[in-house]
Amino acid sequence: MDSTRRTFLTAAGAVAAQNVAQGQDREHEHQAVPSDAALRVKALESLLVEKGLVDRAALDLLVDRFEHKVGPRNGARVVARAWVDPAYKKRLLADAPSAIAELGYTSGQGEHMLVVENGPKVHNLVVCTLCSCYPWAVLGLPPVWYKSAAYRSRAVIDPRGILRECGTQLDEDVEVHVWDSTAELRYLVLPERPAGTDNLSEAELAELVTRDAMVGVSKVPPPGEKV
Amino acid sequence: MNGVHDMGGLQDMGPVQHEKQEPVFHAAWEGRIYGIDRALRFIGKWNLDTWRHQIELLPPADYFRMTYYERWLRINEQLAVKYGLVTPKELETGAPDPGSAKATPTLTAAVAAQRLGRGIPSSHDPKVSPRFTVGQRARARNMNPTGHTRLPRYARGKLGIITHDHGVYSFPDTNAHFQGEKRQHVYSVRFAARELWGENASPRDSVHLDMWDDYLEHA
Repeated sequence: MDSTRRTFLTAAGAVAAQNVAQGQDREHEHQAVPSDAALRVKALESLLVEKGLVDRAALDLLVDRFEHKVGPRNGARVVARAWVDPAYKKRLLADAPSAIAELGYTSGQGEHMLVVENGPKVHNLVVCTLCSCYPWAVLGLPPVWYKSAAYRSRAVIDPRGILRECGTQLDEDVEVHVWDSTAELRYLVLPERPAGTDNLSEAELAELVTRDAMVGVSKVPPPGEKV
Repeated sequence: MNGVHDMGGLQDMGPVQHEKQEPVFHAAWEGRIYGIDRALRFIGKWNLDTWRHQIELLPPADYFRMTYYERWLRINEQLAVKYGLVTPKELETGAPDPGSAKATPTLTAAVAAQRLGRGIPSSHDPKVSPRFTVGQRARARNMNPTGHTRLPRYARGKLGIITHDHGVYSFPDTNAHFQGEKRQHVYSVRFAARELWGENASPRDSVHLDMWDDYLEHA
């Protein structure tokens, strides 16, 4: 790679990282000095409301739903149920949308779903190389890293490298199956149940399940282990 | 189109950076543009494929420079103008043009809630027959359309095996441009990592892509 391109990418990365790092502070910042984007969104919202296209309450509902109600805890409950109930797991692997709907989760970008199961010799990893397709109904909206150029570019060509960076060491004889979400199918990884969890309840198991394990970049850690 | 959005296999794009305790939205405006985006799509002047293509049309340098929701903001402004929901002048001033009629019906919270539950149309259609069956070999076409496509460059010309038939879906390459839904079967196709990336790849690894019938040829 020539140095100009590297400089460009480093600069782009730095800007992106800065944006992410400043994210937490932006709320405070834009009280005083609103960002360009904040102003433009505000203007667009006012315009759409004034023109009668959209009620503000509709926007409130959409934001609230995805900020507070839909998220990876939904997926964690699905995984925990599958771990404790073999009949449920069978239904989940055969017809994920119906099995997920049994638990009451039906909200968009999850209607056409496939659940892929990890095992001792198979590890699954989900990506969307073209944009940011993600199973909203069970995981909520994707984190920044999932949408990043770094992850999207590399997950298909170097999945083991990504896994290593995420602290996931796989034996050579494990098959890595990458799922590139190029259509309307959405993928959820059913991680392996960690050792030492025989005495845990379904609710306690759900607490162990991480978003990253359901995307496939890591495994579910045993109880008490720091993630 | 062969754009920068088609990232599979690019190298040296930097480390994957995990953020601890990441919030859903990093600022209030990100949530608002998310809501606006969903609401405008419910109004139905454009579809998800059109929407995706609009992102792909962002100039490459802008695509990299912008954060994710900055892209959403830009394309919602563009789409709203392009499909006549607002005028360029309204977008500039932030106020309705004098004398412009109020839009009806207004997208209300009740309608938004109902639409959230609705989802993507059924994938069952017995009238459309599949060209491939599970277990069959298939080759991804070598094609370079200048419009929207969901066939990534890294898979073109490669040989795979059909592992699932997901049913029938609209074809993005035509649907994005309002040239018809051209509904057809979508399959999961497994490509060996070595077929895609050469002999340095692990012989055990594979990548599954979801492929429309029109992306595949018999092999």
